[in-house]
Amino acid sequence: MDITEVPVSEDSEGKKKKNKKPKMKSKAGNGEAEKKKKQQQEVVVVENMEKSEPAFPPSFSVSEIKNKQRRHFMFMKLKQEKRKQKMQLKKKKKKEREALGDKAPPKEVPKTIENQRVYDETVVDPEDEEVAFDEGTDEFSAYFNGLTNPKVLITTSDRPRGRTVRFCEQLATVIPNAHVYYRRGLALKRVIPQCIARDFTYLIVINEDRKVPNGMVLCHLPDGPTAHFKRRGKDPTEHSPEVILNNFTTRLGHSIGRLFAALFPQDPQFVGRQVATFHNQRDFIFFRFHRYIFKNEKRVGIQELGPRFTLKLRSLQKGTFDSKFGEYEWVLKRHEMDACRRKFQL
Amino acid sequence: MQHDDVIWDIIGNQQFCSFKVKTKSQGFCRNEYNITGLCNRSSCPLANSQYATIREEKGQCFLYMKVIERAAFPAKMWEKVKLSKNYEKALEQIDENLIYWPRFIRHKCKQRFTKITQYLIRMRKLVLKRQRKLVPLSRKVERREKRKEEKALIAAQLDNAIEKELLERLKQGTYGDIYNFPVHAFDRALEQQDEESEEEEEEEEEEEEEDEEDVGKREFVEEEVEESDLSDFEDMNKLRTSSDEEQDDEEEESSEEEEEEMEVEMKAKALRSKGKSPANGSVARKKRAYVEIEYEQETEPATKSRATS
Repeated sequence: MDITEVPVSEDSEGKKKKNKKPKMKSKAGNGEAEKKKKQQQEVVVVENMEKSEPAFPPSFSVSEIKNKQRRHFMFMKLKQEKRKQKMQLKKKKKKEREALGDKAPPKEVPKTIENQRVYDETVVDPEDEEVAFDEGTDEFSAYFNGLTNPKVLITTSDRPRGRTVRFCEQLATVIPNAHVYYRRGLALKRVIPQCIARDFTYLIVINEDRKVPNGMVLCHLPDGPTAHFKRRGKDPTEHSPEVILNNFTTRLGHSIGRLFAALFPQDPQFVGRQVATFHNQRDFIFFRFHRYIFKNEKRVGIQELGPRFTLKLRSLQKGTFDSKFGEYEWVLKRHEMDACRRKFQL
Repeated sequence: MQHDDVIWDIIGNQQFCSFKVKTKSQGFCRNEYNITGLCNRSSCPLANSQYATIREEKGQCFLYMKVIERAAFPAKMWEKVKLSKNYEKALEQIDENLIYWPRFIRHKCKQRFTKITQYLIRMRKLVLKRQRKLVPLSRKVERREKRKEEKALIAAQLDNAIEKELLERLKQGTYGDIYNFPVHAFDRALEQQDEESEEEEEEEEEEEEEDEEDVGKREFVEEEVEESDLSDFEDMNKLRTSSDEEQDDEEEESSEEEEEEMEVEMKAKALRSKGKSPANGSVARKKRAYVEIEYEQETEPATKSRATS
C-alpha cells in the first residue's frame, strides 16, 4: 500500500534516513530543507518498514546533514543496514546451496588483486618471437649462451656501518664468485672501467641511510642495464644455488628477471640443494635463500638460510651507471603508477 | 654629521646593535659590508665613515668603498668596483683603489679577497667530483609502501610457491637421477597429473615392476637367491618379513629402500657440503625439516635518504 509512487528496489544506495526519521524529528527541531523531504517520504518509509525493503534512493545523502553527531549517527545506521542485508543475502545463498546439494553451482572464486589486475599489454607471451629475438641479442645474451661466467663485485656507499657490511658479506655467501670491496669514496664512474678491465660482469652497490642498507644498484657491466632498487630487509655453503624467478610477466619484468638470473652461474649444482628465489608479487620482489630436501616426491622441506629482503624497482637505465646523462628505460613515477591499485609494472 | 666615536659608543658598547651577535668569547657582526665579520671598533661599517669591503656575487668579486663625502646620500654611499678574475691583477686593482687608505683596511681587504677566491676555486672543483643528491622520503608514502609490501608478502605465500616450483622441477626431471623415488608413488603421481615425461616414467615403472615380480617369483628357491645377488639386502628383508601380498612387500621394501638411500645420500651430502650447513647437522634435518621464520618489528622514522649519483 504505497501512498506515493516510489519504486522499490533491493539495494539501498545509502539513503537510509528511514528508521530513524521519527526519532530524529522528536530529538531536535531544525528548519533544514532536508526536513521537508524527509517528511514527504516519512509516510512511504512507514509503509516500507513493514516490508523491510528500502525505498529507492531520493536525492538525499548522509553527507548533507550539517550536524556532525547526527551525520555520524545516520552513517552508522546506514552501515548497519548494509551489513544486515549482506548477511541476509549470504544466508539465503547458503540455504540455496544446501538445498541443492550436489547440484549446487561451484563456489565463486573470490576476487583478489591479482585476479583483478588491469590488462597490461606488455605481458610477455611465452611464444612471442619478437621477445625471443630481443632476448637473443640483448646484453644478457652472452651470459645465456654460456659464454661468460658471472663475477660479481659488491660494494657500498661511503662509510658503511655494521649492518651494511654484514649484509654485503651475506650476499657474498649467497652469490657464488662474489667479491666484497670497500668503497673508500671512489667515484663509481671511475670504478666501472676498472671492473670491466678485470672481467667483472656485475656491480652491486648497496646504498646506506642511517646505518641501514636501503637501496641497491645493480649494474651489468659490459654495457649492461643498470637497475636501482629500494630495499627493505632483516639481518642472515659454497655450492652454486639454483634460481627461481617467479611471476615476472611483463616485458620489463622479463628484463629484470634476466638481470637477476645473470647473477648466478649457469650450471646450478643440485647437489648443494640450495635455491635462491626472486618472487615478484605486486611489484615487490622478495628474495629468499633456502636449502631444500625432498622427503618424498610429494613433499619438500625447506629451511631458510641467508638474508631475506624485499626490493622495489625504482629505475632501469640503459648502459652502465650514469645518473645524469644516462638514458632511462623506466622510472618509477609514483603519482601515475599508484593511481590504480590493480595496475602493476613488473 | 658623522661622529664615528659617538656611534661606536652607542652601538658598540652600551646600547643595542641589530647586527651584533654575542658569544661567550667574542662578538660577531652580521652586517654584509663588514670586512672581517667580527664586532670591532675598526671593523664596524656603521662606526667608520671611511670603509671598504670585498663582496662576491655569483663568482664575481667586487670592491665596495664608502667615504665620508657621500655619507649624506645613502643610495650612493657604496662605490662598487669590479675586480678582475686574475688574482694578481685584482690585488693590484685593490691597491690602486685604496691607495691612501689606512693600512688595516687595505690588508683586510686583500685577505678577504684571497679567502673568497679560494672558496670559489673549491666550489668549482667540487662540482666536478661526485655530488651527493639527497632524495627526501615522504613518510606517508613510506608508510603506504610498507603496508602494501606486507599485504603482498601475505599474498605471495612464498613457501608454498617455492615448494611448488621445486616439486615441479623434480617432476620435470631437471634433477636427473639424484633422487630415486619408488614406483608406487610414481604411479600415484601420474594418475593425478599428466606429465610430459610420462613415457620415461612408465618405462621405469615397467622395469621396476618386472624386477619385483621376478623377486617375488624367486621366493621358492631361497638358497639360490642368497648366493647369487649381493645387493639384495632388500630382498632378504622382503623374504623374511612377509609373503602375503605383493603390495605390502613393495611398500616395506620401498620404504626401507628409501630410508637407506636417504641415509646414504644424507651422509654423502653432509660430507660433501661445506660451509653453510646449519649447526643442527644432517641428522636433525632428516628427522624433521622445518622452516624458520623470524618476525621483527622495525620502525623507520625515515625523513631523508642519501643516494649516490
